[in-house]
Amino acid sequence: MLEFSILFPSVLNGLTTGAVYALIALGLTLIYGVLHIINFAHGAALMAALYGVYFLHQLLGIDPYLALPVMIPAMFALGYALQRWVIGVASHGKDENILLVTLGLAIVLENLALFLFKSDTRTIDTAYTFTTVPILGATISLPKIVAFAGALAMAGALLAVMHRTDLGRAIRACAKERQGARLVGIDVDHVFAMSFGIGLACLGAAACFLMPAYYVNPTVGNGFVLIAFTIVVLGGMGSFIGALAGGFIIGVVESVGGLWLGESLGQIGIFVIFIAVLLFRPQGLFGAKA
Amino acid sequence: MRGLIGIFAFAAAVAAAPFFVSSGYALNAIIMTLYAALLGQAWNILGGFGGQFSFGHAVFFGTGAYAMGVLQVKFGWNAWAAAPVAAACGAAVGAFIGGVSFRYGLRGSYFALVTLAFAEVFRILANTFEFTGAGVGLMIKLNESAANFQFATKAGYLYLILTLVVVAQLATWWLKHSRYGAWLQAVRDNEESAAALGVNAFRVKLAAIMISGALMAAGGVFYIQYLHYIDPHIAYGPGVSVEALLAPIVGGIGTVWGPVIGAVVLHVLGEGTRGLMGDAPGVNLVVYGLVLILMVMFLPRGIIGVFQTRAARNATPTARTGAGRA
Repeated sequence: MLEFSILFPSVLNGLTTGAVYALIALGLTLIYGVLHIINFAHGAALMAALYGVYFLHQLLGIDPYLALPVMIPAMFALGYALQRWVIGVASHGKDENILLVTLGLAIVLENLALFLFKSDTRTIDTAYTFTTVPILGATISLPKIVAFAGALAMAGALLAVMHRTDLGRAIRACAKERQGARLVGIDVDHVFAMSFGIGLACLGAAACFLMPAYYVNPTVGNGFVLIAFTIVVLGGMGSFIGALAGGFIIGVVESVGGLWLGESLGQIGIFVIFIAVLLFRPQGLFGAKA
Repeated sequence: MRGLIGIFAFAAAVAAAPFFVSSGYALNAIIMTLYAALLGQAWNILGGFGGQFSFGHAVFFGTGAYAMGVLQVKFGWNAWAAAPVAAACGAAVGAFIGGVSFRYGLRGSYFALVTLAFAEVFRILANTFEFTGAGVGLMIKLNESAANFQFATKAGYLYLILTLVVVAQLATWWLKHSRYGAWLQAVRDNEESAAALGVNAFRVKLAAIMISGALMAAGGVFYIQYLHYIDPHIAYGPGVSVEALLAPIVGGIGTVWGPVIGAVVLHVLGEGTRGLMGDAPGVNLVVYGLVLILMVMFLPRGIIGVFQTRAARNATPTARTGAGRA
C-alpha cells in the first residue's frame, strides 16, 4: 500500500532524525552506564542548550554550526557542576533520590525557561534552513544531512575518547567497579562529574545540529526525553553501539509510523516499543544483562 | 485507635471551616490543598508504602477524569453512577500496568520509566480519538445540583473532596495497622526476604497499585466535576504526575500524614511566591522543583522525618537514627 517513492524519502528522513536522536541518547547512555542513574533532566538540559544556540544566533549573530565550540564546553561545564555539587551531594547513595533530584532539576530548568522566555516557540532563520539536496530521487533538507554527518562524527569522537584515552579508561573502570577504581587511585567523584559533563556536552552538539531546522520552547525537551529513554533501553542501557543503532531504528519507526498512522498517532509506535522492550527484553538488543 | 481519632478530628475541623470562612478564595484554597493531599496520598500508597516510585501517576488521574466525562457526555449517565465506575477504571488501569510491570520484575528506575511511558501513550490516545474529544478536550454540562454531583456552593465541593481525603487517610491508616500493610512494607524494604517468608510480592504490589489507581482516579473525578473540563494535556501530562509525588516527598513518604502536611506546605509556598512574584507563569513550579531537590538533599524523610528523628533522639539520647547520610 505504500509506494517506494513515498517510503524511501520517509526512511531517509527517519535516518537523519535518528542520528540526532542517537547523539542525545549517547549522552544519556554514558551517564547511565557510568553512574547507573537515569537522568530525567536530560530533555530539560537539551532545551537549555537549544536556547543557548538560539540566543547566540539572535544576539551575537553566531551561526548555529559555529556555535559548536561554545556550546560543547558550556554544556560540559554545566554537567560537571551539576553532578559534582548537586546530584552527587543529594543522592546519599540511593537511586530513588537521584531519580527525584534529576526530576527536580528538570522542573526547575523547564519552568525557569518558561518564566524567562515565555512559552513562545522560537525558530531561527539561516541562509540554508530551506535548502534541500536530492538523493536518489528523494529530497532531504540540508540541515538534516549536516546533522546526520555531525552526529556520526560526534559519536565517533566519543567512542575514541572512551577507548583511546586515560580518561576513557578511568570512566570505564568506574562504570565496572567503582570501589576497585577508587582503590587504584582514580578520583571517582571527578570521573563521575566528567561523565555527566560529557553526557551533556553531547546535548550541546545536538542542539547546534537541531536548531537550524527545528524550534525551541520551554517544553521542547519533553518530546526528546522519552524518545532518548526508548533508544537507550532498546539499545541496552550503557551500550554505545546500541544507542547508535537504537537511534536509527527509532528515527525510522517514527517517520514511517507517521506516514501510516498520521502525525499524532505515529508517535505511539515509539512508546509501544519502549514498553515492550522494558517488559520483554530489559537488557536491550545489545546489552549483556539487565 | 489514636490514629483514627486523629483522622476524624481533622475531618471535623476541616468540615467546620465553611461555617467560619465565607470568602470564596479561602474556601478554594482549602479545596485545592485537600485535592493535592488526595493525589499525594494516592501516590504515597504505592510509592511510600510499596516502594514503587511512579513518575506517571497521571495515567490513573486522567483515566478517572475521562471516564467520568465520557460516561456523562457521550452516554448520558448520571454522575453519581459514573463516579464509582470511573474510580474502578483507575483500579483497572492499575491492574493492567501493575500486572505487566510487576510480572516482568520491573523495579526502581525502570518502573518509573514505564509508568511515564504509559501516561504518554494514554495522552496520545486521548489526543487522537474523537471519542474523548481529541485535542479539544471534553466539557461537561454545567448543571449545579446535588443530584447531578455538582454543587452550587464551594462548601459542597469542600465536603466532596474532604470525604475523598478521609477515605484515603483511612486507607493509609489501615496500611499501617493491617497484615496486608505489613506485607506491603516488607516487600518495599526487601522483596526477596519478604518472598522467602511466604509473602506473595506480586499480588501485594498489584493490590497496592490498584488502590492507588482508584484513589488517583477519584482525584480525576473530583477535578472534572469541580472545573467541568478536561483535555489530554491536563489529564495525562507530566504536571499531575509531579504534583502527586511532590506532597508526600515534602511531607514524608510512607507516613499517614505526610501527604497532607506536604500539600499544606506546598500550597502556602505556592501562594507565597505568587504574592512575591505575581502571577508570572512557571515561578511556582521553579520553587516546587527547588523544594524537591532541597528536600532530597537535606531531609530525605520529609518534614515528618524531622520530628520522628527528634522524638527518637529524646527517647534514647545515644541512638543515632535517621535522616543522616547513608
